[in-house]
Amino acid sequence: MHNTRYIIVFVAILTLVVALILSLMATGLQPIHDRNEAVYNKKAILSAIETTMGVEAASLGADQVQEIFDEQIEQVVVDMQGNIIEGLKAEEVDLAQERKKPVASRRLPVYIYNGAQGKVYILSVRGSGLWDEIWGSIAVEDDFSTIVGAAFDHAGETPGLGAEIKDNPNFSAQFEGKKLYEPDGDYTGIVVRKGGAKDPMHEVDGISGATITGDGVTQMIQTGIEYYEPYFEKVGK
Amino acid sequence: MAETAIQKTEVKEKEPLFGPKEKQLLSDPLNDNNPITVQVLGICSALAVTTLVVPSVVMTVAVVFVTAFSSLFTSLLRKSIPKQVRMIVQLVIIATLVTVVELTLKALNYEVYKQLAVFIGLIITNCIVMGRLEAFSMANKPWRSFLDGVGNGLGYGAILIIVALIRELFGKGSLFAGSALEWKIIGPSAEYMLDTTSIGWLGWYQNNNLMVLSGAAMFIIGILIWIHRSWNPKLVDVS
Repeated sequence: MHNTRYIIVFVAILTLVVALILSLMATGLQPIHDRNEAVYNKKAILSAIETTMGVEAASLGADQVQEIFDEQIEQVVVDMQGNIIEGLKAEEVDLAQERKKPVASRRLPVYIYNGAQGKVYILSVRGSGLWDEIWGSIAVEDDFSTIVGAAFDHAGETPGLGAEIKDNPNFSAQFEGKKLYEPDGDYTGIVVRKGGAKDPMHEVDGISGATITGDGVTQMIQTGIEYYEPYFEKVGK
Repeated sequence: MAETAIQKTEVKEKEPLFGPKEKQLLSDPLNDNNPITVQVLGICSALAVTTLVVPSVVMTVAVVFVTAFSSLFTSLLRKSIPKQVRMIVQLVIIATLVTVVELTLKALNYEVYKQLAVFIGLIITNCIVMGRLEAFSMANKPWRSFLDGVGNGLGYGAILIIVALIRELFGKGSLFAGSALEWKIIGPSAEYMLDTTSIGWLGWYQNNNLMVLSGAAMFIIGILIWIHRSWNPKLVDVS
């Protein structure tokens, strides 16, 4: 049996050693962690324009992702009135933080891809799924209505059910070619329809067993894209 | 006479670095004393991370690292750890190693880190790790404890990978998805080796969505336990 003083000294030394090792490691690896996270987020944005680019975002290396962002993507941030906020890059805006602000003072990121077939605007949306937040990137042509691609992610949807919005490429592939607006200019958004899409222009098939996540996607696109409307008007829709 | 004398002196001089006992420490957890199928420990992560093979392999490496080195360090400190706080000390060692693994994985492969998410952190609560520290490392020498840790980590990992192979093949139709070795085996497009849309008699086949849910892992582990017990007579209860 050890006495109390021994125990206190032993535990204190152990804790100090462990804390030193871990803090050194965490600080040392911080730059690499930040870089990895940035590349991961950029890849998620690029996966919305896979068909436009003609390559799978997942197959791109970190350097290639950076190259596309440097050479082909223009980043702007707009306010809720559609004005461009000077001196800010889209990647500096975190939609999760913006969602906590009152609607009128939010900032919205826009990534503009300059490809062979003209400009593609990648818009970011964020909403609630069944268990936690869901988010996505919607890429539209310069008519601001025709979707060329979409990619979604989530914080904690059920694997095999709600998580399919990210894991099943067939779900996001359905968004290609859909329209956000009626031909006469009325805003409709995209509806994830339980039991199968009825309107080929504005609806996609829902995932069986993931109705609430699907409704979350509908809601997220509905409001998320609407926030960008003032910007669409200013750029000349 | 002379032979036995030589043997005796050898044993007295030094224990072999890798004798039959050491070998048994490594092989026992793989079969007779498997942490999952015999001791039924570490089930929660085995159900959760086994949807794909690649994360399961990473999880195995992480657990082997943690069990091996926590056993080693606990064994090195075993004489100076105060008995009253030994579990807390063990927990500090385990938690440190798990954090080291987490920080390293986050730097090496961010995508797998994202997939495994909370389960790397939950290695801390994996009963296998603490069980081995309490049962073995506190009473044995460092080298043997290290081997015991490696063995138990591998025993856990072997089951993990078997379950993941079955789940990924029948749930997604692929193997090793997410790595350079990705192998698409059966599915409804030309990318797969067996394209169900082009082979008429396979038209009925669809990937089994149940396999992706954790419930399937429970069935598979149950069946593995059954097979293991009927194949290994040592495991059959005599009573």
